Amino acid sequence: MMLVLLITVLMVGAVAAVVAGEWNRHLPRWIALLASAAGLLLVILLWAGTSPHSVTDGQWLMDYRKEWIPSFGITFHLAVDGLSLLLLALTFFLGVLAVLCSWDEVRERTGFYYFNLLWILAGVAGVFMALDMFLFYFFWEVMLIPMYFLIGIWGSENRVYAAYKFFIFTQASGLLMFLAILGLYFIHGRDTGIYTFGYFELVETVIPFKTAFWLMSGFMIAFAVKLPVFPFHTWLPDAHGEAPTAGSLILAGLLLKTGAYGMLRFVVPMFPEVVTDVAVPAMVLGVAGIVYGAVMAYSQTDLKRLVAFTSVSHMGFVITGIFALNELALQGVVMQLVTHALSTGALFLMAGMIKERLHTRDIGQMGGLWGPMPQMGTIGLVFAMASLGLPGLGNFVAEFLILLGVFQAQPWITVAAASGLIFSAVYSLRIVGKIFLGPRKTMEAVPDFSFREMLIMAVLTVSVVWLGLFPQPVIDTARPAITELIRFMDVHSNASHHQSYVK
Amino acid sequence: MSNNDFSALMPLMVLAGASVLVMLLIVARLSHRIIQLVSLLLFVVAFISLLNIRGMLPYEVGSLFMIDSFGAFMTGLIIFSGLVVNVFSYIYFQEKEEGPKEYYVLLFLCTLGACVLAQSEHFVSVFLGLEILTIGLYALIAYLRTRNHSIEAGIKYLVLAAFSSAFLLFGMALVYLQTGTMSFAGMAGVVAADNVPPLLITGLGLMLVGLGFKLAVVPFHMWTADVYQGAPVPVTTFIATASKGGVVAAMLRFFIAIDGFRSEPLQMVMITIAIASMVAGNLLALRQKNIKRLLAYSSIAHLGYLLVAFIPGSAVVPQAVSFYLLTYFITTFAAFGVITILSDSESDAEDLDRYKALFWKHPALASILAVAMFSLAGIPLTAGFTGKFYVLTTGIGQGFWLLAVVLVLSSVVGLYYYLRVVTTLFAGTRDLLPDPPAKYPVFLGISMAVLSILTFVLIWLGVYPDSVIGVVQGLQLK
Repeated sequence: MMLVLLITVLMVGAVAAVVAGEWNRHLPRWIALLASAAGLLLVILLWAGTSPHSVTDGQWLMDYRKEWIPSFGITFHLAVDGLSLLLLALTFFLGVLAVLCSWDEVRERTGFYYFNLLWILAGVAGVFMALDMFLFYFFWEVMLIPMYFLIGIWGSENRVYAAYKFFIFTQASGLLMFLAILGLYFIHGRDTGIYTFGYFELVETVIPFKTAFWLMSGFMIAFAVKLPVFPFHTWLPDAHGEAPTAGSLILAGLLLKTGAYGMLRFVVPMFPEVVTDVAVPAMVLGVAGIVYGAVMAYSQTDLKRLVAFTSVSHMGFVITGIFALNELALQGVVMQLVTHALSTGALFLMAGMIKERLHTRDIGQMGGLWGPMPQMGTIGLVFAMASLGLPGLGNFVAEFLILLGVFQAQPWITVAAASGLIFSAVYSLRIVGKIFLGPRKTMEAVPDFSFREMLIMAVLTVSVVWLGLFPQPVIDTARPAITELIRFMDVHSNASHHQSYVK
Repeated sequence: MSNNDFSALMPLMVLAGASVLVMLLIVARLSHRIIQLVSLLLFVVAFISLLNIRGMLPYEVGSLFMIDSFGAFMTGLIIFSGLVVNVFSYIYFQEKEEGPKEYYVLLFLCTLGACVLAQSEHFVSVFLGLEILTIGLYALIAYLRTRNHSIEAGIKYLVLAAFSSAFLLFGMALVYLQTGTMSFAGMAGVVAADNVPPLLITGLGLMLVGLGFKLAVVPFHMWTADVYQGAPVPVTTFIATASKGGVVAAMLRFFIAIDGFRSEPLQMVMITIAIASMVAGNLLALRQKNIKRLLAYSSIAHLGYLLVAFIPGSAVVPQAVSFYLLTYFITTFAAFGVITILSDSESDAEDLDRYKALFWKHPALASILAVAMFSLAGIPLTAGFTGKFYVLTTGIGQGFWLLAVVLVLSSVVGLYYYLRVVTTLFAGTRDLLPDPPAKYPVFLGISMAVLSILTFVLIWLGVYPDSVIGVVQGLQLK
C-alpha cells in the first residue's frame, strides 16, 4: 500500500497544483514541495524500516498486487528491492531539489509547470517499482508527455525542436519495446497456457535463441536510447540543453537512470544467453560512448550541452559495467547511477544559476566568476572534481568499481575505458577554468548564492562527499538484488547451455 | 411480421419514423431550436429501443437482417454517433445562412443507413443500407451550398461513391453468379474450398474495391481529404465515424460468413491495403496545415490499423474491431467537437494557426483537443493506447509480425503531426483581448458537457478499460 501511496501522493499533488494555480501563482510550488517532500519521507521510512537483516533475507522488500485488466493477464503489481529503493530515494530527493530550483525561475503558468514536474516524478517512481510488463510500459510512457511539455513550454530558444526530438526518439524506441513485450507475452502464453504480463512469470520463459535475440533488441533499443548508449544519444544534448533547469536535472538524474534500471531488471535476467553473447559488442559501444562523450564535451561552447555530453561519457561506464556481468561491476553501476545523478545534477543546477545571472549559456561569455561568486566557484570546483572522479567523492568509488569489474571480464576494454578518466579530467578542468578563472568578461554585478541555492548545493555536496567516503550503505542495499541477478544469470545460462549439449 | 420482428427492428423504425416526424415539424414551421431538441430526443428514444431488445439477441429477421450482439453493439455505436453529431450541430448551423432544419432529416436517414449495414446479412440489405447512407451524405456534404469547398466535396463524393457502388454491385453480381445465393449464410465456406473459381475471387476483389472506397483506405483514399475539408464539421464527424463503422461491420460479417480470411489472395490484398494505408496516411498527414485535412489523413492511417485487427481472422477479431472502433469514435468526436465549437459563421476553425495559444485562452477546449490528439497517437492513459494494444495483440497473436511492426513504425511518424497540433495549442502567450460572450449559452453548455463526458471516457478507457473489454468480449457474431 505504501508503494501505491508513493505514486498517488505525487499525482494528487500534481492535480492540486494545477487547480491551485488558477487562484494563486505561488501556491503550486508549495504544493509541489509538500508532495515531493512527503514522498521522500515515505521512502526514508521505508528504507529505515528494512533493517540490514531483512535485506539480506530475500530480494523483495515490499510488494503490492491488484488485478487491473484480468482479461489480458495484466496486474497492477508494484514491488521494491534494494535497487528500486535506492533509485526511488534518488527520485524523490532530486524531486525536492527540482522543485526548489524552479522556485523563482518559473514565473508563468506555474500550476501547469508543477503539474508536469510531479507527473514526471510519478512516472519515474512507477517505472522503478512496476513488476508487470504492461504496467512498466505504461509508466514508461507516462513520464514522456509531461517531460515533452516541460521542455516544449518552459525551455529556451530552440525548445520546440528539442521537445519533438526527445519525444519521437523515446516514443519510437518505447513502441519497439512494447512489441517485444507482446512477443514475450505470446511466447510465454503458448508455452504454458497462461497469458500474463507478470514479471516473475515472463522471466522464466524459455525462448528460442533467435527469437530471444530479436526480443532483446526490442527491449535494448528502448533502454539504449534512454540511457543513452552511443550512437543513440543524439536527442540528449538538445533535450538537456533546451530544458529548463529542473528539466535538465530530472532528465540527467532520473530519466537516464530508467534506461539502466530497465537493463538490469529486464534485459539481463530475461535474456541471459543473448546478453552473454552480445556482451563484448555492447561494452565496445560503452567505451565508444565514454570517449566520444568526453571529446564532444570538450569541444562544446554551450555550458548545458557540455554537461549533457559528460552524461553520455558517464553513461558509457554504466553500459560497460552492466555487460561485464559480475558483482563488482554491477555494484559500481548502481553507485554510478546515484553519484552521476548528484554530480551532473549539480552541474546542471549551476548552469541554470549562472544563466539566471548572466542570461547566457555560452562559456565564451563567462570567465572570472570566482571573484564575485566565491561560493559558487568552490562548489563548482567540487562537482567538477566529482565528475572527473577524484578519490574521496562518490564518482570515484563508482568508476573504480566498474573498472575493476570490467577488468575481470575484458582487460583490454578496461584499458580503453580508463582513458575516459583522463578525458574527464580535461573537460572538467576546462569547465572550471573557463567559467570561474581567467579575466572577467562581463562587468555586471552577479550576486553569489542565495540561501535557497546554498541549501540545494550544500545538500548535494554533503551527499556526494558522503558517498565518496562511506559508500557502504548504498552497496549493502543494492547487494541482494545484484547477487540474485548474478545467481539467476548463472543458473539460466548454464541450464540452457546444458540443454543445447543434449540436443 | 411477427411482434418479435417488430420489436427487433424497432431501433431502425424509430430512426426511419424520426426522419418523417422531423419533416412534419419543419412543415409546421417550428424553430431550429425545437427541431434540434426533438431530434436529440428521438435519438435517445432510438438508443433506448435498442437497449430494450438486449434480451432477445441473437435474432434473425427474414433473411435480410441478423441482430446479434455484435450488430447491436455496432448499431448502438452508430446511433450514439448520430446523437453526438446532433448535439454539435446546433451551434454550427445556427449561424449559417442556409436553413438548417432539413439537415436533421438527412442525419436520421444516414444513421438509419449505417445501422442497416451493421445488421445486414444479405447483399440486398447491404446495398440498401449503403445507398441510404450514401445518398443522404451527398446532400449533407454539400449542405452549405454557397461555399466552393462544399460544392467541390459534394461533387467529388457523388462521383466516387456512385462509381464505387457500381464496383460493389458488379462484384456482388459475380459472387451471386458463382454461388447462386445472396445471403451470407448461403455462401459459408465457398472461399475456403480447394479450387476457388477465378470469377468468385474477381467478384470479391471488386467488392473490396467498393468497400475500400467507403472506408477510404489506400489506394481508394483520394476523396478523403477534400471531402473532410469541404463538408460541414458535424458532417465530417459523421463520415469519419458512423459511415465507416457501418461498412466495417458489414464487411466483418461478410468475411466471417464466407471465411474470407482463409483465402490467400484476399489476405495478400488486405495486407497490402493495410500497410499502404498506415504508411501513406501517416506520411500524407505530415505536412498538412489544415486540421480537417490532417484528421482525414489520420483517419486513413487508423483504418489501416483497424485492418491489422481485421486480417488475422481469429476469434478475437470482432472484439478487437469493436473495441478499436469504440475508442476511435470517441476520440474523433472529441477532436471534431472542439473544431465545431471553435468554428464561426464565416469559416470553420480548420487552419492550425487558429489554435495557437488556445490552451491559455480556453484551457478546457485545448485540454480536450490535446487528449484527443494523444489518443489518436496512441499514448498510454488514453483510449487510443488501449485500442492499439488490442489491435497489436490480435495481430501478433496470429503471428502477423510484419503488420505489427509497420503499425508501430508508422505510428511513430504519426506522432509528429499529432504533436504539432499539441505544440500549437501551447505555443504563444495569452492575449488579453476578452472573448466575445458565447452566443448560445445553453447549447454551448450541452456541447461542452458532452465533450467533457467523452474526454472522461477517453481517459477512463485508457486507465481502467477492463469493464468495457468485458462487454466487448461478450460480443458474438451469429
